[in-house]
Amino acid sequence: MLIIFYIAAAVAVIATVLVITQHNLVHALLYLVVSFLAVAMAFYVLGAPFIAALEVIIYAGAIVVLMIFVIMMLNLRQESVAQEKKWLNARIVIGPVILTLVLAAELLYMLSTETSVHLTGEVIGAKAVGMSLYGHYVIGVELSGILLMAGIVGAYHLGRQKKKVTHRFLEKQEE
Amino acid sequence: MTTIPAEYGLVLATVLFMLGLISLLIRRNIVFMLISVEIMLNAAGLAFIVAGSRWSQADGQVMFLFILTMAAAEVSVGLALILQIYHQLKTVNSDEASKMKG
Repeated sequence: MLIIFYIAAAVAVIATVLVITQHNLVHALLYLVVSFLAVAMAFYVLGAPFIAALEVIIYAGAIVVLMIFVIMMLNLRQESVAQEKKWLNARIVIGPVILTLVLAAELLYMLSTETSVHLTGEVIGAKAVGMSLYGHYVIGVELSGILLMAGIVGAYHLGRQKKKVTHRFLEKQEE
Repeated sequence: MTTIPAEYGLVLATVLFMLGLISLLIRRNIVFMLISVEIMLNAAGLAFIVAGSRWSQADGQVMFLFILTMAAAEVSVGLALILQIYHQLKTVNSDEASKMKG
């Protein structure tokens, strides 16, 4: 049963190596999603199912989608139609699909056997994490809220486009 | 039931962290550097999860939640900075942004 962890670890390392050797950003992000999924599988095997779900939802979901949005915004000016046509080539998704199929096979195997799903003896579920989070670490939760607020304000301030505020008479004077 | 030795989990975390660090050092594209930082944060969280699993405590998972929060805030601010740099310099090469001149 230890083999499940090893396969997930191998998939994570292979996907990460492929991330850092890609030249195209979107291809790298495809492999990054596979890497996060493999690490989530390792979390699940290590007895942290709640964290595995959060890894899939937040890392592989939210953060990667945010990066894809920004990359699409960056490439707006160049010949985007030709680029889109090139990116939609079916050959580039073969690598991520193969790695994801390995993970899916592992998941199906673990779901089908049901016994000894978690390799470590003890499973620390969402309840224990929540009790600890709002017990000992409640000050950390408050600080996280402040950090996220600062992140929202900072991202809004930095991402705002500078509007022209000069009056039309002043613009005429400059001409 | 066999358990996973904590050393193997820590080795996996170390390998992933080193891959992220290497990518951060050899890349000049700012978006790739941000991706490398994400990989490194994920590897650090994996080390916390392995340690929490080793001692059967929930503290490691709590630390991973904090790392997750920090990574989300960091990536939003970082992407806003990348957009700003791209609008001002018309490039995503980090060497172009080495001068501190508004």
